[in-house]
Amino acid sequence: LTRPRTIGFAGIFLGALAFWLALPPLAARTAALPVAVGIAALAAGSWAVTHGARRPGFGAVAAGLLGVAFGVLATRSSTAHLDQVVVWSALLAATLRYATPLLYAAIGGLYAERSGVINIALEGMLLSGAFFGIWATVWAHSWAGGAAWVVGIAGAAVAGMVFGAVHAVWAIHFKVDQVIAGTAINFLSLGITSYLFVDKYGVNGTPGNIDQYGIPDVHLHFIAGWYFVGPILGQLNLMIWLSFVLLVATYVFVFRTPYGLRLRAVGEHPRAADTVGISVFRTRYVAVIASGAIAAMGGAYLSIGFVHSFSQGMTNGAGFIGLAALVFGKWRPFPTWAATLLFGFSSALADRLPSAYGNQWGTLFQALPYALTLIAVAGVIGRSIGPAAAGRPYVRQ
Amino acid sequence: MADEPLAEELEEPSSGTPQPSQRFPAGFGGLAGALAPLATVVLAFVLSGIAIAAIGKDPLRVYRAILDGTGLNWFFHPGSHSIRLPFSTTHVWFPWDTASTAAQNLQQTLLLTTPIALTALAVAFAFRCGMFNIGGQGQYLVGSYVAVWIGSSLPHLNSPLHIAFAVVAATLAGAAFAGIAGLLRATVGAHEVISTIMLNWIAIWVGSYLLGLGGPLQNSSQPSILESKSVVDGAKLPVFWGPKLLQGLSVGVFIALAMLVVYWLVINRTTLGFSVRAVGFNPEAARYGGISVARNYFLAMAIAGSFAGLAGACDVLGWEFQLGQPDVQASQIGFIGLAAALLGRNTALGVGAASLLFGALINGTSGRQLDPTIFRPDLAGALTTIIQGLVILFVGLNLAGGIAWLRRRRRRTA
Repeated sequence: LTRPRTIGFAGIFLGALAFWLALPPLAARTAALPVAVGIAALAAGSWAVTHGARRPGFGAVAAGLLGVAFGVLATRSSTAHLDQVVVWSALLAATLRYATPLLYAAIGGLYAERSGVINIALEGMLLSGAFFGIWATVWAHSWAGGAAWVVGIAGAAVAGMVFGAVHAVWAIHFKVDQVIAGTAINFLSLGITSYLFVDKYGVNGTPGNIDQYGIPDVHLHFIAGWYFVGPILGQLNLMIWLSFVLLVATYVFVFRTPYGLRLRAVGEHPRAADTVGISVFRTRYVAVIASGAIAAMGGAYLSIGFVHSFSQGMTNGAGFIGLAALVFGKWRPFPTWAATLLFGFSSALADRLPSAYGNQWGTLFQALPYALTLIAVAGVIGRSIGPAAAGRPYVRQ
Repeated sequence: MADEPLAEELEEPSSGTPQPSQRFPAGFGGLAGALAPLATVVLAFVLSGIAIAAIGKDPLRVYRAILDGTGLNWFFHPGSHSIRLPFSTTHVWFPWDTASTAAQNLQQTLLLTTPIALTALAVAFAFRCGMFNIGGQGQYLVGSYVAVWIGSSLPHLNSPLHIAFAVVAATLAGAAFAGIAGLLRATVGAHEVISTIMLNWIAIWVGSYLLGLGGPLQNSSQPSILESKSVVDGAKLPVFWGPKLLQGLSVGVFIALAMLVVYWLVINRTTLGFSVRAVGFNPEAARYGGISVARNYFLAMAIAGSFAGLAGACDVLGWEFQLGQPDVQASQIGFIGLAAALLGRNTALGVGAASLLFGALINGTSGRQLDPTIFRPDLAGALTTIIQGLVILFVGLNLAGGIAWLRRRRRRTA
């Protein structure tokens, strides 16, 4: 129990606690409480660092500092404002809604990057899914009725696969720099979706009744009445539940099956993989095309599951936050999921803060995912190092 | 520990990030070096023409209308006109009419070319050091925040001093912002692609805060409008062509031209440029030759960022004069600069030409220039994005080399 690692994680928990104590429902009104708990977090963190657990230790130090800072800020603002912003059930439900497109993008990216192909085209793939998802849904509405969203998800996945295939051909076959190819796809996707959107829907925008035949919410009536959990999980979109399934399936596939082992081998050491008879090219093609399909499904959730409309460039960096989550989560499924939740939470908070405080400093929370990822790649809290062969085309000998 | 990345002891023979020589299979110079970008542009325009035809418009007519809007047709109509010499009242003969509509269009094209060329240099300089700077957009934005901050304060400062102060501060801000990525690459080896993407979005959201409701840069006399104060007259760059009040061409375009020359000189004629290129070509060999790789990574990124910061200053002090929150979110200049650098193959001449092409394209497809009865400007704007994407997609391919390869192959099979 006194292992440095455990103490480090306890410190992270204390740091979060320092902030939480100052928020509803407890809403401590004295700054001393968060400061005291925060100092305990700092102490635990520094002890863990000096005893060898650098990563959780520095995490605890950071959590302690942030906990004290935000905790003191919260004690100085009025309870009425706090109550307006921090409605935990609403905040957490919003976190899940914001985190879901990020999770799809990140899992899509995981497949491509684990196979050794850098995918900064996630943003474009997400956007293509958002547009072609809504397009296919509107088209299918006349003959498929309320089930049009199934066609929508399929349409989005196909669009993502097309962009994924282009990326794959360029990165694997033409051996073009993968960052350049990804940048090109982001541009192409933005251009093509905007072009078709203006031509097809013009100034009126997408039809206003898509909520009637978009991706449905899952109503769990037996849960809905439960304290706290009910409002969060009682009515979530189908795609959110599907993303959890996808997450577990991805973990099992990548880390518990021979196919996953081959995928990782190709991403870490393609020459060795080739030598034992794994087709590097085929593995990478499948991975990158799957990457496009998965990311595009996140886009479909965004357009036909969440906001029920499309606007030009509507993903607005969600694909890049997904990429950031992947880096922050060190290319592993569950840490990546945790990162998307953290980033989703900061978006949800940034959304709610201005309504109560009337100015926009809450906007800065939108920058938090990027700042945290920058710190993560800088190695202050444990370096993030990607698959060894990512970015390098494979040449057969 | 099944989810650990596979054993690190496996050694990959060709380690390290791809070098420019690998990124572009063809050499930088020679006939092929100039032909491939041309082929790229032609291919991109042909494919976009198909997109125009697909919605029932005549591509040639649309391209013609776009060309007319760019003002580049100004050069096609020489005549007998006169021009006033700078700093005097003397008029001398000049082959073109400097007050025509085409001339005004050309001014707008050159206004747009200026920041594109500078952000393109930001990409090109880092590229020569073997780094891919996607952060031009963020560095440009940071430069423009600083320029609008200094330009809109200090109303009683002497005008040339004020301009110089704002321009230098914006340049340094861009350098510092890019320097973060350079420092991370130099010290801990953090990949500059990831860090500059993150810095881009940090710049966007910090700007949204600065210019948002009650933000530090927002104009406090109009609290409901998400815009900064206007740059005071003394801090505006002098306009040398066209009407001052209707976005005439500022001297910013000369700054961009001068920087293209500076770029060429630094890269090709200085020790710094030599070591930057050496690191870009092969960091291991450079280190063996006694060049500090880390120092060059940092310096190259900082210099790259200073070009982009300068671009922000040229835009804010040259014609924008104020920044709005929506502008910050929608701005794409840095990414267009990225496309221009790739198309121009990171050479000074190529970057200049590619920037003019993109500046003209964006101006020609803008709502202000394009006749909506021929082609809707919002469609044309999307078309511009498609063309940029196609250019970036094909520029990485060695088109000229590909054609040569096809020909060899045909000869072999015949």
